[in-house]
Amino acid sequence: MIAIKDLVNAPERFVSGHRSCAGCGFPMIVRTILAACKKPVVACAATGCLEVVSTIYPFTSWNIPFIHSAFENSAATMTGVVHAYKALKKKGKIKKDAKFVVFAGDGGTYDIGLQALSGALERNEEFVYVCYDNGAYMNTGIQRSSATPKGAYTTTTPAGKLEFRKDLAKIAIAHEIDYVATASPNNFMDLALKAEKAFSTKGSSVLIVLSPCPLGWGSKTAQSIKIAKLAVETNFWPLYEYEKKRYALNFNPDKRKNIKEFLETQTRFKQLLLPENKKVLAKIQKNIDEKFDELKKLCGEK
Amino acid sequence: MKSVMSGAQSASYAMMQINPDVVSSFPITPQTDIMKEYAIYVRDKKVDTEFLLMESEHSALSALVGASSSGARAMTATSSAGLAYMFEILGVASGHRLPIVMNIVNRALSGPINIHCDHSDSMACRDSGWIQLYCEDAQEVYDQTLIGLRLAEKMSIPAMIMQDGFICSHCLQNLEVLPDKIAKKFIGDFKPKYSLLDFKKCVTAGPLQLQDYYFETKKQLSLEMKNVFSEYEKISKKYFSLAKRKYSIIEEYKSKDAEFIIVALSSVCGLIKDCVDELRGKGINAGLLRIKMFRPFPYSAVSKALKNAKKIVVLDRSESFGADAPLACEIKNSVPEKIVNGCIYGLGGRDILKSNVMDLFNSMIKNKKIERFINSR
Repeated sequence: MIAIKDLVNAPERFVSGHRSCAGCGFPMIVRTILAACKKPVVACAATGCLEVVSTIYPFTSWNIPFIHSAFENSAATMTGVVHAYKALKKKGKIKKDAKFVVFAGDGGTYDIGLQALSGALERNEEFVYVCYDNGAYMNTGIQRSSATPKGAYTTTTPAGKLEFRKDLAKIAIAHEIDYVATASPNNFMDLALKAEKAFSTKGSSVLIVLSPCPLGWGSKTAQSIKIAKLAVETNFWPLYEYEKKRYALNFNPDKRKNIKEFLETQTRFKQLLLPENKKVLAKIQKNIDEKFDELKKLCGEK
Repeated sequence: MKSVMSGAQSASYAMMQINPDVVSSFPITPQTDIMKEYAIYVRDKKVDTEFLLMESEHSALSALVGASSSGARAMTATSSAGLAYMFEILGVASGHRLPIVMNIVNRALSGPINIHCDHSDSMACRDSGWIQLYCEDAQEVYDQTLIGLRLAEKMSIPAMIMQDGFICSHCLQNLEVLPDKIAKKFIGDFKPKYSLLDFKKCVTAGPLQLQDYYFETKKQLSLEMKNVFSEYEKISKKYFSLAKRKYSIIEEYKSKDAEFIIVALSSVCGLIKDCVDELRGKGINAGLLRIKMFRPFPYSAVSKALKNAKKIVVLDRSESFGADAPLACEIKNSVPEKIVNGCIYGLGGRDILKSNVMDLFNSMIKNKKIERFINSR
């Protein structure tokens, strides 16, 4: 099992100099996940903030082989990389064992990339798929995605999003792959351990990681980890895993915090906290509690 | 080696001999026959390809972008809506200079939906930075698939090999194929310049290029396209030494001294050759110029080939609504515009009859008005 010292001593595979915003979640997520893989690894990213800030030609933040092709096709692009590896290994042209990981945002996963992801999971392709989920199309300037939480302001939902989020983990699990987990950068050891498990899974595995976005969320840059922690403690972002048909809850608060504590940290939820939206707020709290109860049942917890 | 194959089978046979590292596929009529055949080669272990059955054409080409970037020889095939769906990734493949080779079985684009032949699919992709070769028959599909692969790899530019849906793809024809050993020797090994799987020399493929570099990347591709003609000539010479079949970027059929010339692509040229023979029998200077390479477009070869023409009819099997159709456009760029008449034929698989072609020649000879739409109501 991976330990903190392994993470500290791991070679830097995603290096500084990239242009992500202060307080952005994904540099921590990407570094932690790559540090948890001991073998040579190839990364692929969907079009989005991560790819844009890290590969501005002629510079790159990737100290490992990296490919970006388009927005909706990262799972398909990686399918080709993995099978090229298999073909060339079969022919003795490659000797080393290698691992493969995709990073895509929620837009490139829940929406436009869902077909390619579903195809790859159904074929059980040998790679780890990481969705860094900040709950909107942040790269194009904060537009609603199907991962945007109900009530959140985006530039295309100026009055707040009407619908609840899509449940990506459920969709991934429905493909009957061996490993699906949620994670949050506030608990980096949990994230690293899950990444380690994902890399050692035979076939596809999916990690869905909350990725704080100060610009899109209207939050303070220094508060990103604190807000991620609140997301977990309010059960807005439960930490759980699905491993070979068994569910496990990784964090079960003695008393969950009120969702208001999470919402208050971000201006995107400002209007939800107005007195006239009390009912909507109650619905959101109810939805969180119901979903958590359902999850506890699946995990065999009380 | 004599054989009987359809155009789809001959494409698949060439692919079998190439034995690419990765082949991806998604079914669409009339391309499906290529992949059905290939699946049997995979089952019978005639190839050791990683054969990917993707969930869409978009993903099929995306997977090849990943595979080719990883140093693998990568091929696929598609038609119509499938090619349209790949459109976004066509530019990625050529922009990243990946020598992917794709057989296209030409079929009309929707809507209305139609499964039969026209060239609206591949013509819509003519500016995507791919080499485009149009074939008349199954023999040529086989030969050009082998030649196209070598050309693509030599130039680091992807290539499409076109054949007419059903007319070529589904009709059995006599043809000659190379023995496996000779075909494989002709194709040679693929030695990529860069590979994602080279962990000693890590590359970042598909970076963001803004105002300061994007232009130069596209300019390099544009300039390199000009070298395709001479490279094609070299490769086809080598091919001729093995197969005794000569290929060039254009075919001049009795057109060198011709005054009345039809210019066209693909399978309709068989019919036109028939008409030319008949007219020549009557002492009329008729000819055909068949364009085999449409991208890059061989302007100087075409203008030389048409220098004696008094009248030219260009047959396009796709329309550019409200403008000159693609082939007519290029011919008007090669010779004085006033001698060129652009005609549209065969959209959605509509037949073109011998009488239609004879009418076109007669109209040229008698200096009569030529209708734009052939055999249409």
